[in-house]
Amino acid sequence: MSAAEDQTYFVNFGPQHPAAHGVLRLVLGMTGEVVERADPHIGLLHRGTEKLIEHKTYLQATPYFDRLDYVGTMNQEHAFVLAVEKLMGIEVPARGKMIRTLYCEIGRILNHILNITAYVMDVGGMTPVLWGFEEREKLMEFYERACGARLHANYFRPGGVAFDTPQALLDDIAAWTETFPKILDDIETLVTENRIFKQRTVDIGVVSQEQALDWGFTGPNLRACGIPWDLRRAQPYDSYAEIDFDIPIGKHGDCYDRYLVRMVEMRESVKIMKQCLKKMPGGPCKVDDRKVSPPPRAEMKRSMEALIHHFKLFTEGLRVPAGETYTAVEAPKGEFAVYLVSDGSNRPYRCKIRAPGYAHLQALEMMGKGHMLADIVAIIGSIDIVFGEIDR
Amino acid sequence: MTLPIDELGQAILAALPEDVISVHLDAGELVVLARMPAVVDVLTFLRDDSNCMFKQLMDICGVDFPDREHRFELVYNLLSMKHNQRVRVKLAVDEGDAAPTATGVFSTAGWFEREVFDMYGIPFDGHPDLRRILTDYNFEGHPLRKDFPLTGHYEVRYDDQTKRIVYEPVKLVQEFRNFDAVSPWEGMVQSPAKGPEAKG
Repeated sequence: MSAAEDQTYFVNFGPQHPAAHGVLRLVLGMTGEVVERADPHIGLLHRGTEKLIEHKTYLQATPYFDRLDYVGTMNQEHAFVLAVEKLMGIEVPARGKMIRTLYCEIGRILNHILNITAYVMDVGGMTPVLWGFEEREKLMEFYERACGARLHANYFRPGGVAFDTPQALLDDIAAWTETFPKILDDIETLVTENRIFKQRTVDIGVVSQEQALDWGFTGPNLRACGIPWDLRRAQPYDSYAEIDFDIPIGKHGDCYDRYLVRMVEMRESVKIMKQCLKKMPGGPCKVDDRKVSPPPRAEMKRSMEALIHHFKLFTEGLRVPAGETYTAVEAPKGEFAVYLVSDGSNRPYRCKIRAPGYAHLQALEMMGKGHMLADIVAIIGSIDIVFGEIDR
Repeated sequence: MTLPIDELGQAILAALPEDVISVHLDAGELVVLARMPAVVDVLTFLRDDSNCMFKQLMDICGVDFPDREHRFELVYNLLSMKHNQRVRVKLAVDEGDAAPTATGVFSTAGWFEREVFDMYGIPFDGHPDLRRILTDYNFEGHPLRKDFPLTGHYEVRYDDQTKRIVYEPVKLVQEFRNFDAVSPWEGMVQSPAKGPEAKG
């Protein structure tokens, strides 16, 4: 072998490469076209979320969770409010739980549409992204009608949700669940049996079950390896225990299976949403405890005490009893957890955010070694990374 | 067969009397306090023992308690899919001490340990690639320590004269204001705002 052939080239992939899904700087050590080493340099989007949360009250900390994985925002608020509720011992009313379950599934579909369509675009298919984003727009409208924001919702609060959802909104969501599977069918006819898509993804980035456990895989990436693990089923929170759904799993743990699992998961999410809408109980959407949730606007106009409660809640905030908890939810990307340490004051002492994408990106070298440069693009697309949550 | 979570704690304590200081339940979550040199043995036992089977390391995180004798606490969160249980292993580490690496037990520990090193400055003995991970290249200090200011030490801007990015010490137009709206007289104060008591 001549010296020129022996040479290892270093390729800087990103941080401004469109297929890097954000601000990933990937240093690839290559021999010819073959990747020998992959060293992701992350942190370009590091905003010090955990440090900031330590300096805010519990209520002020919730919006930071929208800005982590900015694609499925409410699922992350969910982990934080569940952790606070656990430490405070709050039991959320049934309607509040059901609304949260419904919106978490909307978040899951939002996330999977973005991931799948962007992934297909990375490997050469342009059309699904156009069809999928139309649906995302409709879903974000549902977000907006519930809380006023399309992306950064800040809708879940300790003790329930910020506002009740009007019946007209629930009816519109119900109508959407009837039409959406047709869009999924359309996308599937384009992608699932597409020869080019299969050539780019089948047997690429194969992860065995042992490797998946060792590298801390969760969510669809774990299920694509054939492990039927889903926190919504195994450790149900909010209303998931009352709801019937299936957990899709893959067989080979390659890029193609990860795509298939997400595709089926969206159909399951639609199923869950339909059940949520059908079972939607009446009653309040947040706890009737003035130390936790604010009084209604009308009451504040008449009652001095309500006014004081409102003022104290939004300045001093909640007091969370001293203690610590590790609370996890099944976010669209995997296990999203909050390790919350409280010292009994109105601010979190420590709030560690466990982002699923962090573990998945770490395994990129394991998955990509020996593959071609173009396969790295397929792998990055298939593991569903968003830098908001990885860099925090 | 799956042991109830409290019996599991006792079983862990009985199997590793030398390595585990104590075991307790905190809000229904099992917490194991481990001795520093043996944490790798504890993690290996938790991964491989048939009653435990904590095959997944979910998270490693540091916590800073400046008032404690051992300043830092390392927290390992593990998950057993077989038994559907979680366990939290805690380890007290003093400032300047190095903790043993868990990369030999769980590959995923690599980046989590790099993050703890970056944020708290706890080095890990035997770590294959201990570099900073989230902060900027050439960053100084460890941002999640309680004595690190929220505003940081340096700010970055693009300088139009020299056509490049420049780093300058942070200049605040007014002092950083810490609005603490805690009412001092209310009857619901639970503990002084000093940090949770060390257990065990």
